Amino acid sequence: MNQELLRQLGEALHQVQGFIYPNEIEIHWGMLIVVYPYLTGVVAGAFILASLVKVFNVKEVQPIYRLSLLTALSYLLVAPLALVSHLGHPERFYEILLTPQPSSAMAMFGFVYAWYLMAVLLLEIWFVHRTDMIAMAEERKGLMRGVYRALSLFSRDTSGRGMEFDRSALKAITVVGIPSAFLLHGYVGFIFGSVKANPWWSSVLIPIVFLFSAIVSGIALVLLLYMVIAPLTGGKIDMMCVDRAVRFLFYAVIVDFSLEMVDFIHRVYQSEEEIKILSELVVNKLFMSLVIIQVLLGMLLPLCLIAVTMIFRRRFSLNEDLRKMLYFVSLILIQFGIFATRWNVVIGGQMFSKSFRGLTAYKLEFRGIEGLLYALVLLVLPIVILAGLLKLLPPWKEMHGES
Amino acid sequence: MSGRRRFLQWLVALLFFPARSIAKEAAAKGSWYGFGVAVDRCIGCGRCMDACKAENDVPREPFFVRTWVERYVVRKDGTTTVKTIAPGEEAVPDPAPDKSILRSFFVPKLCNQCVHPPCVQVCPVGATFRTEDGVVLVNPKTCIGCRYCIQACPYGARYLHPATRTADKCTFCYHRIGRDLLPACVEVCPTQARIFGDLNTTASPMSRFLRMNRIHVLKPALNTEPKVYYAGLDGEVR
Repeated sequence: MNQELLRQLGEALHQVQGFIYPNEIEIHWGMLIVVYPYLTGVVAGAFILASLVKVFNVKEVQPIYRLSLLTALSYLLVAPLALVSHLGHPERFYEILLTPQPSSAMAMFGFVYAWYLMAVLLLEIWFVHRTDMIAMAEERKGLMRGVYRALSLFSRDTSGRGMEFDRSALKAITVVGIPSAFLLHGYVGFIFGSVKANPWWSSVLIPIVFLFSAIVSGIALVLLLYMVIAPLTGGKIDMMCVDRAVRFLFYAVIVDFSLEMVDFIHRVYQSEEEIKILSELVVNKLFMSLVIIQVLLGMLLPLCLIAVTMIFRRRFSLNEDLRKMLYFVSLILIQFGIFATRWNVVIGGQMFSKSFRGLTAYKLEFRGIEGLLYALVLLVLPIVILAGLLKLLPPWKEMHGES
Repeated sequence: MSGRRRFLQWLVALLFFPARSIAKEAAAKGSWYGFGVAVDRCIGCGRCMDACKAENDVPREPFFVRTWVERYVVRKDGTTTVKTIAPGEEAVPDPAPDKSILRSFFVPKLCNQCVHPPCVQVCPVGATFRTEDGVVLVNPKTCIGCRYCIQACPYGARYLHPATRTADKCTFCYHRIGRDLLPACVEVCPTQARIFGDLNTTASPMSRFLRMNRIHVLKPALNTEPKVYYAGLDGEVR
């Protein structure tokens, strides 16, 4: 018997308010499941940002195109790790793909993930970097030459026709990629939104809210990375690019916030039987993470900060450094806000009893597989992978505006 | 039939496949098991919970249960308090002079063995399945422990077994009913508040229970069609 688990449940037992079913003391989806939609959200958002360049021809955003794609890939590689680590039997994870139940949203998600990874992201990154990889195979010697040869799948064609094909292939992949990115994160929302037993999750708006919060988190994170990486690698932050991307971010936050408000108003207006316990949940358990961090600090404050830069930039020719600082603060706040959104959905949805008569408690441990430490590892790991990818497929020329 | 019509039929069939694959109707022949609870007869002795834990290797700790008994106290001012009876603990009656109590009763709970079980629908690997005789079971050899079924169950009937790390829940004591024995909780109930039997057999105690009582099920709006039927259920119970 797991003594640690029993100790945790014993502690939680004392914090239960009202009546809950006896099996509800344990919060089944913990920190790892909070991290998981956050990671996939970044993937979808980063890809949408990249598609601004290829599909919508937003030329100003070109410096962060490759960075966006590589960020999406590094986060996509880590996302399933959170899911697999959380399983009671991680060694059986492949069963989802080998013997899937067609009626299960979670089983079908495995295929959406695989499709997105293989048919969209890897393919797009390969086409973007194909000629570069061929060139690097020529430049390097020894092992690295072999690596680049293998990465380019032994392609040698650098002719005009070949590059023209790359361009049209890229356009086609991105066009397929946008609905796929929507599907990827919409599906994560669907996994929650389709649980009819849980009224905090069960809403048709959840997949759409997830999608827009994904776009917000992805754009914000790539911009944050760009603003840190560009100066570190000897380049200069292209403010045209940042201004334009922040403008997209601003609109995405507004849509995300409006959708969440619609969801909130809808619930309050309908006032079904669960409304009492949900309002108790918000007031007693989620006030800090939902009202303060998610809404006030994670959405409204950055919206105000960005709005200030947009209004005063022209009127008072707002100093570039000041603008950078305001953006930087906003982007960090947005990251915390989106992470709080994931927390409030996942943990919040399990803190009230399905008997609608009580609230349970969640205590985040520091160590252990569901602990804070491992979650931090999963949050840092994509950055480490990204550093490796940036070394392997350097985007510096594009990023520093040299090409 | 035109090709277009056949294509449309195929498309519609594909759309509804997930629902069809789990929504099998009651077996016309053979057994189709159901469970009855006579709320007025339950005295909250908790023997059913003890018997269940002993019979099915459920951990003794209070956090893991296949069946439990809730105690409701409804007061004149409209407030209701609910508690779970601890296994092995005799229920202590409220002091007689407490005139604020309007009514008080016990409600046994267990897996509702739904006809449309959300847990079966969501299981990504098909480890949770419904048998031909209408009992929902978990195969611990294929369960990956993702706990989606626990989230999907509206009745809180499932838990993750701490030793096997797989989902677990009431099976109607499937190993017993196959040998014509009653589920352990039904056998030990001193007041026959728990009734079990084949719904396809007209003369079974279960069919008689359904005929003789006004029946309710829990959370009917969720369209899970539970096969645990309650007689004398109070509106306070969810």
